Amino acid sequence: MATLTLVQAINLALRLEMKRDKKVIVLGEDVGVDGGVFRATENLLKLYGPERVIDTPLAETGIIGSAIGMAVGGIKPVAEAQFDGFAIPMIDQLYNHAARIRNRSRGRFTCPLVLRIPCGGGIRALEHHSESPETFFCHIPGLKVVVPSTPYDAKGLLSAAIRDPDPVIYLEPKKLYRAIKEEVPENDFTVPIGKAIVRREGTDVTLIAWGAMVQECLKAAEGAKASCEVIDLRSLKPLDIETITASVKKTGRAIVVHEAQKTCGFGAELSALIQEKSFLSLKAPVTRVTGLDIIIPLPKLEHYYFPNADKITKAVENIINY
Amino acid sequence: MPLKSLARFEVPYLQILNEQGKVDGRLMPKLSDKDVLYLYETMVYGRLLDRTCLSLQREGRMYTYPSSEGQEAAQAGSAFALQQEDWMFPYFREICSHLVRGLPPEKYLLYWMGDERGQQIPENINNFMICVPVSTQLPHAVGMAYALKYQKKKSAVLVYLGDGATSKGDFHEAMNLAGTWKLPVVFLCNNNQYAISVPLSKQTASKTLAQKAIAYGFSGIQVDGNDVLAVYKATLDAVNSARSGGGPAFIEAFTYRLGDHTTADDSSKYRSAKEVEEWRKKDPITRLQKYLEEKKLWTQAYQKKLEADIQKKISEAVKAAEGIEPQPVESIFNFTYSEMDWNLKEQLNKIKEN
Repeated sequence: MATLTLVQAINLALRLEMKRDKKVIVLGEDVGVDGGVFRATENLLKLYGPERVIDTPLAETGIIGSAIGMAVGGIKPVAEAQFDGFAIPMIDQLYNHAARIRNRSRGRFTCPLVLRIPCGGGIRALEHHSESPETFFCHIPGLKVVVPSTPYDAKGLLSAAIRDPDPVIYLEPKKLYRAIKEEVPENDFTVPIGKAIVRREGTDVTLIAWGAMVQECLKAAEGAKASCEVIDLRSLKPLDIETITASVKKTGRAIVVHEAQKTCGFGAELSALIQEKSFLSLKAPVTRVTGLDIIIPLPKLEHYYFPNADKITKAVENIINY
Repeated sequence: MPLKSLARFEVPYLQILNEQGKVDGRLMPKLSDKDVLYLYETMVYGRLLDRTCLSLQREGRMYTYPSSEGQEAAQAGSAFALQQEDWMFPYFREICSHLVRGLPPEKYLLYWMGDERGQQIPENINNFMICVPVSTQLPHAVGMAYALKYQKKKSAVLVYLGDGATSKGDFHEAMNLAGTWKLPVVFLCNNNQYAISVPLSKQTASKTLAQKAIAYGFSGIQVDGNDVLAVYKATLDAVNSARSGGGPAFIEAFTYRLGDHTTADDSSKYRSAKEVEEWRKKDPITRLQKYLEEKKLWTQAYQKKLEADIQKKISEAVKAAEGIEPQPVESIFNFTYSEMDWNLKEQLNKIKEN
């Protein structure tokens, strides 16, 4: 078994899925010769040729729009948006088309595509390169949204996304691309979409996160005085409400952590769901530790914006002392 | 150093059947009398079905509807150039194209009556769904063309757009991808002179829309969009070339929308009655009728019977569309995903309880 980083696990998943199914193709800016700006598609061009690994023109709408036509036409496109901020023009095609093709045609057509988007900040990147747009996608009926936080899940979730009959947005926490290594089996496995995982068991507080924030929650849990349970959602849509509810009923306290801006962030949805499903078990209001309702600052001041283990530890203290 | 010319381009224009019904025999495509009669009958069928839709809308039996009147030749002529395995991606003003491609008329009616099943295209028909957001269908057609080429299928894609669509970013990206990837896709632009109220002069500084294709590395032609023979010939050449690896093509069908943009519009606010009258003289159906009469293929008795037969088909289609069993409430949930998650199940159950 190989020890891989998260980005290597993505690469492995793509390689194996392309080997497994000739219908799978990859398209995006710089995904071919360059192997992607993060090297997620490295060597695929050599292995599978330019018909299956397409260096597209610089055209986000064209990439996702043509991927929709490809998916309807019976092939399986895995499109890459180069960065979170540049994926925004793709929302038109996703919202107006990809997400509703099955419904509009009453099942005659489907749109099984995957859109991979490097997401999140904390890597001192340029403007428009540190965004967390998951809420935009979660708000759209017809899309599925997944976010791995470990190399193992990165491979298993990408395989599941590629084999899924619906359009899947696959968000890649770029801060974790090379931050963690773990053993990832080279054989065929999937991580089911819609299933969260408890990364750490605890009895006093439930910390809920996805992507890069899972690591921050685990660090906070390590140092906290209270016993923290950490849930890695892995899949935002469909959401594993059972795992969340079971945990919150046990701990009576919930903290939701995400990088995206607070207002209308996915944490707002989670807070509402937790009080709908577990109101009588709650010992304190649900807390949100999130990005701020501001434009993400440039690298010199970005540390003010992003949640981290310290901010989460404080939130744990506050919720225990409520 | 004197300036050198790096490239020169031409934008051809094609008309075969003029406003008086006279055909230029040198340009006449290979069509049997039966084919020409089929085109004529389909255009008449389209117009009558279109007028039925307007009446149904006024009677409250249909919702907002975009009339196709005046554009029948561009629609029927282009769709007739396709083979069954080819794909057609319509925009929203395409009545005759749907009829040529074999879409049951009750499906067409159903969609505009507000029923999703109108877009449930029968399995044996390679038509994609009507597209409402302008120009967003263009990259889909490009992707389909890629899929066909990738799967080694010898088919082409015909995608329709309007003049307004040429101003949008999706148009640029789709045209650029089609040219770069040399795909079997033909863009058929129904230049009907207006995007709702905005005339072409406010849409672009380009002399023709056809010339836009040149910048993407493929040919553009303007045809008389009210001349069904010219539209057919240009589309046939384009799809034949596309199928045999010649890459994309762009056809600007120069035509006119005789009716309002939709039933929610009043076109007298932005164009004169005189202008509309001038274009009525170029009516695509009238000129084909004159041609057929000259060839002794048209008589008043034939027209009377044709219209009676069509009206019968239309009545049956309206009956079928209005008589269809309503969709159960589950249908608005069932097709959101391949399977419903707990959240959708909860919402469905709540609706059922109330």
